Amino acid sequence: MAQSGNHIIAKPSQEHDHGHGKEGHHDLESLRMMGFWIFLITDCILFGTLFATYVVLNGNTAGGPTPAELFEMPGVIAETFILLTSSFTSGLAVLSMNRGDRKGLIRWLLVTVLLGASFIALEVTEFMTLVHEGASISTSAQWSAFYVLVGTHGLHVTIGLVWMIAIMIQLKQHGINSVTRRKVNIISLYWHFLDVIWIFVFTIVYMMGVM
Amino acid sequence: MLDKIKDFASDFFVTGDPLIYGADVSIGLTIIAVVFALTYFKKWTWLWRDWLTTVDHKKIGIMYVIASLLMLFRGGVDALLMRTQLAIPDSEFLSPEHYNQIFTTHGVIMILFMAMPLMFGLFNLVVPLQLGARDVAFPFLNSLSFWLFFFGAMLFNVSFVIGGSPDAGWLSYPPLSGISHSPGVGQDFYIWGIQISGIGSLMTGINFIVTILKMRAPGMKLMKMPMFSWSVLSSCLTIILAFPILTVTLALLFIDRYLGAHFFTLDGGGNPMMYINLIWMWGHPEVYIVVLPAFGIFSEIAATFAKKKLFGYKSMVFALMSISLLSFFTWAHHFFTMGSGANVNAFFAVTTMIIAIPTGVKVFNWLFTMYRGRLSFPTPMLWMIGFIPCFVVGGMTGVLLSVAPADFQFHNSYFLIAHFHQVLIGGVAFGYFAGLYYWWPKVFGFKLNEKIGKWAFWTWNIGFYVCFMPQYFLGLMGMTRRVSSYGWDKGWYELNLTSTIGGFLMGIGFLFQVWQILHSIKFMEKDTTGDPWDGRTLEWTIPSPAPLYNFATLPQVTEKDDFWEEKQRIAQGHAPKPRPQLEPIHMPKNSGIPFVMSAFWFVAGFGFVFDWLWMAIPGLIGVAVCMLVHSFRYKTDYYISVDEIKRTEAAARRVV
Repeated sequence: MAQSGNHIIAKPSQEHDHGHGKEGHHDLESLRMMGFWIFLITDCILFGTLFATYVVLNGNTAGGPTPAELFEMPGVIAETFILLTSSFTSGLAVLSMNRGDRKGLIRWLLVTVLLGASFIALEVTEFMTLVHEGASISTSAQWSAFYVLVGTHGLHVTIGLVWMIAIMIQLKQHGINSVTRRKVNIISLYWHFLDVIWIFVFTIVYMMGVM
Repeated sequence: MLDKIKDFASDFFVTGDPLIYGADVSIGLTIIAVVFALTYFKKWTWLWRDWLTTVDHKKIGIMYVIASLLMLFRGGVDALLMRTQLAIPDSEFLSPEHYNQIFTTHGVIMILFMAMPLMFGLFNLVVPLQLGARDVAFPFLNSLSFWLFFFGAMLFNVSFVIGGSPDAGWLSYPPLSGISHSPGVGQDFYIWGIQISGIGSLMTGINFIVTILKMRAPGMKLMKMPMFSWSVLSSCLTIILAFPILTVTLALLFIDRYLGAHFFTLDGGGNPMMYINLIWMWGHPEVYIVVLPAFGIFSEIAATFAKKKLFGYKSMVFALMSISLLSFFTWAHHFFTMGSGANVNAFFAVTTMIIAIPTGVKVFNWLFTMYRGRLSFPTPMLWMIGFIPCFVVGGMTGVLLSVAPADFQFHNSYFLIAHFHQVLIGGVAFGYFAGLYYWWPKVFGFKLNEKIGKWAFWTWNIGFYVCFMPQYFLGLMGMTRRVSSYGWDKGWYELNLTSTIGGFLMGIGFLFQVWQILHSIKFMEKDTTGDPWDGRTLEWTIPSPAPLYNFATLPQVTEKDDFWEEKQRIAQGHAPKPRPQLEPIHMPKNSGIPFVMSAFWFVAGFGFVFDWLWMAIPGLIGVAVCMLVHSFRYKTDYYISVDEIKRTEAAARRVV
């Protein structure tokens, strides 16, 4: 009997309830946060594969235009600054949330959305110019890899914009609670992640392309 | 107008082959029968409420198993068609084009739509129960994963009667799979079928990693976790690292085909070899993804039926993890002959051989677990024992293939075919059968008939060796894979005929299993103990089938094989562990969104296959709307009251 004395049992909700007791909501939200981190790992692999493809096919222009001939850096640098700034403003949104300031939170998210939208607008303009100058996705392997890599990043940003708007509406409806807090944390994480990816795009595609 | 419709229909529907007309008729009849039965017995709401919208991991697991067994049937019929064609030289049973389609679909279906879903089925049926958890981490996502797999598989399968099947091999190497060499829709079915179900697989990977890391019962440290859960963790880690590569590879192939890009084309600076590298960076880890959980199953079964602790627990964990890591450094051994150079080949030859070490460690662990155990041999144990010699031989021929210079002889020959069927059938199929037999009573509340099970085991096993041993020799005699016919002068006739007989024996084994299931449903007694095998892990502590919430109170774990230790303690006269008080249980609500969203994916995929943007774009919009609707749902859970838990537990004859 002495042995069974070792098994003192706490009430489950006080120890490791892992999100299923009455106070379980907080745990549930932290699970989702962890799931999102793992999703970001998979997204890293996805972009890693696209970068690898770009690097392998870089220079395979099949006699067509080269990146060095067509890239216009001022526009790209503007895009970069806009995206970096939007990452900063999404950080400010989280700070407002942590202060419990719903209005500030929504306002900073709005600024982030506007900056993200202008990034996309600049990118679309750039793509249109490139196509106009004779470099489309079917021109050569070089440009196929370019459009798909940069375009996938752009697609991620666009999805992020729709998502952020949805979260802003939910913040209006529900205010700041454990669920919306997690959602804002996740979109902010996502947004910073896209920023990091863009820095690689800027370096590997654009800087190395014009050098 | 009528001519236009006729034109379209003759393009749209596959015609001209009696096999396909037969399939048309049987598909039509099946659909009519299902619709009629559901209507006649008024089961539509039952279907929707209890199954299509369920987020219960146990039901999702059952659906995975059913779907994968259907796919096993289809993949198996494909295999028998091929073996029939090859039984006799100069046979005209299948045309070469049809033969190409059949080996392509056989490979895809067996790996992606049979092995993967059967594996996910076992994950769902077992892992939460084994961890002492009430659910997986993300029940909604779990349901979505299943429906994406299901609709992806359906999209792939529909190519048989609509539009035409893919025929460029199960990994679709360009330029053969490019628009220049495969202008039809078959390749697009391939791309979208796999892509849609692949997204589901990726999400399952994420789901089970979080489940295993975060949802274990209190006290279950990682190093006290059952070995099957360890194997699932290693498999899921490999999934999340490998599947994004597949997603990208298929997307690039589609962009090549659809937008005229030049990733893998022969012109425009494309590089087909890039595709082959990428697809194997996913493809090689993929074979470990499907085999690692089988290793976990064997570990559970060896310990249970030897009534001993698993030998070398820590080395087993280490072996699983090192295999999932090493699997990413072997991909180039699939193309030693494609001119990578001696140094690259040597690197990949050595990494491939290294994998034999942890695998060998495991085999010895199982043998030592059984050594001096109190052994019994019910069907799960039979499959485990049958696996060992089969996998050892398969592993050895794998090491032979990994010797780069020797591979120049074996490459693309029947030697290779024999090798990978030996490890995939001997390892994966035998493993998952063992797992199904072992956990069947937990899932359905009754054991499967042992006598018919033994018939199934022996016909499968004998059939296996009769089928694949001759293929090693055929390979050495110069028969290459993917040949649809050969002459009398080759000297391959006897061995091929033998192989075909073995193939049909395995088919009979499958029929025995179907009979076994049907017979057992009707005649087997209900398992009232919840622990029919005298098990060791937590899933055997609860009634069979498990109640909706799995555990009325979360178990407190103190040791490895906690349930077994507890039983020993009680047998020695100690009091059982005290149980905490019942509390209301937090549960997720059902949702129709996963089903609807996956159906929209199907619509989008079908639209892209036929270049119908009018169909694809609304499909994608539907997907996006479903995601938004889900995002706006806040009341996604409910509580099961203490009274109801008491009622359920009492009904399961386990009064708390």
